[in-house]
Amino acid sequence: MVAVQPSIAEIWSWMSEIPDPEIPVLSIVDLGIVRDVRWTEENELIVAITPTYSGCPAMDVIASDIRSSLKNHGISAFRLETKLSPAWTTDWMSDNAKERLREYGIAPAARLIPITGIAPLKSSEKEQRVQCPRCGSEATTVISRYGSTPCKALYRCSACLEPFDVFKQH
Amino acid sequence: MHDQARFEYLLRLGDNCLILSQRLSEWCGHGPVLEEDIALTNVALDLLGHARFWLTCAAEVENAGRDEDQLAYLRDAGEFRNVLLVEQPNGDYAQTTARQFYFDTWHYFLLRELKNSSDSRVAEIAEKAVKEVTYHLERSSAWVIRLGDGTEESHGRMQRSIDDLWVYTGELFEPDAIDVEMRERDIGADLESLRAPWLEHVQKTLSEATLDAPSAGWMQRGGKRGVHTENLGYILAEMQFLQRAYPGAQW
Ligand SMILES: [Zn+2]
Repeated sequence: MVAVQPSIAEIWSWMSEIPDPEIPVLSIVDLGIVRDVRWTEENELIVAITPTYSGCPAMDVIASDIRSSLKNHGISAFRLETKLSPAWTTDWMSDNAKERLREYGIAPAARLIPITGIAPLKSSEKEQRVQCPRCGSEATTVISRYGSTPCKALYRCSACLEPFDVFKQH
Repeated sequence: MHDQARFEYLLRLGDNCLILSQRLSEWCGHGPVLEEDIALTNVALDLLGHARFWLTCAAEVENAGRDEDQLAYLRDAGEFRNVLLVEQPNGDYAQTTARQFYFDTWHYFLLRELKNSSDSRVAEIAEKAVKEVTYHLERSSAWVIRLGDGTEESHGRMQRSIDDLWVYTGELFEPDAIDVEMRERDIGADLESLRAPWLEHVQKTLSEATLDAPSAGWMQRGGKRGVHTENLGYILAEMQFLQRAYPGAQW
């Protein structure tokens, strides 16, 4: 039992210590998975989370990591909520998070070029060149729009010949 | 008494995603190339996520103590409300592609409508799902073009599958009493209004793929009211085996 209710800022800092199970260089806060932290009038803590993709199998692990963290910090009255709207977007990732992603070998947030014209690029979106996270070359091509997880696509670099993952702009 | 029409409507949405997800999962480890194996299972995973959202919602509306798992694993074929298209066999890659292409195009336009649902749960699930379904549609459209405008062999197979599955597309646009009620309550979409944009995208893609669009004809129907092809029983036999043989088993 905690005598003094921890501040919301303090709880956010605990959340930012929880790594994403699939991309451990980023925390669940970096990825924008934690959407809200608040105390209710009944002194219950609510943590709202959102899935990156609907079928993301990491959500169960993330929820259990949050529960452990809260318990370890002495919080017993809490509830996890799933919040679907607004839908998760890579726009919620900070520049700092994108840089760490690049260092980890994943090119951050590239908009895939539409094939069919059914969902064309918005005028604000420029066709982006994807930079190889290893050698920095922009001579890269898409191998598959679906990589090792739904949030990533698979690319190849024509300069250093290495394949690499790209975090899809979403 | 619970809201039966809304319950049925949510089951339809959930069952379409669940059954197609199960079908696509059959490709796991059998894809023609590694990238496609991964892509198909990724699409299956997205659809499973959507199915969980819809069925959780359905279970809450029913308010009879069932949850998403009980709805998925403990209903028999006659209680499933998916359209016949999604239960059709994988066949060769052209058949899987044609089935996915017809469904993705419909799913995309349907979800765009459901984003404006007066039911906030329906609207937020649709808002989430349509982002992923846009990728699905891009992928299946690209494959129709690649196989149709490919070799003589791939062209022939793609044309055959586009023709064979056509008979299952009518049901997608035929509203019944439940669809009408959901539309009138601003919860559901106007299915008939989806036909024109669906047809436009299908025809445009087929033309780019040098394939002939099938002509209108008699259409198969029944899935939405629980009258299925024999395929569904086999799907459920595999999908539900564990919970039927070992009730309540967890891992
Ligand atoms: Zn490189």
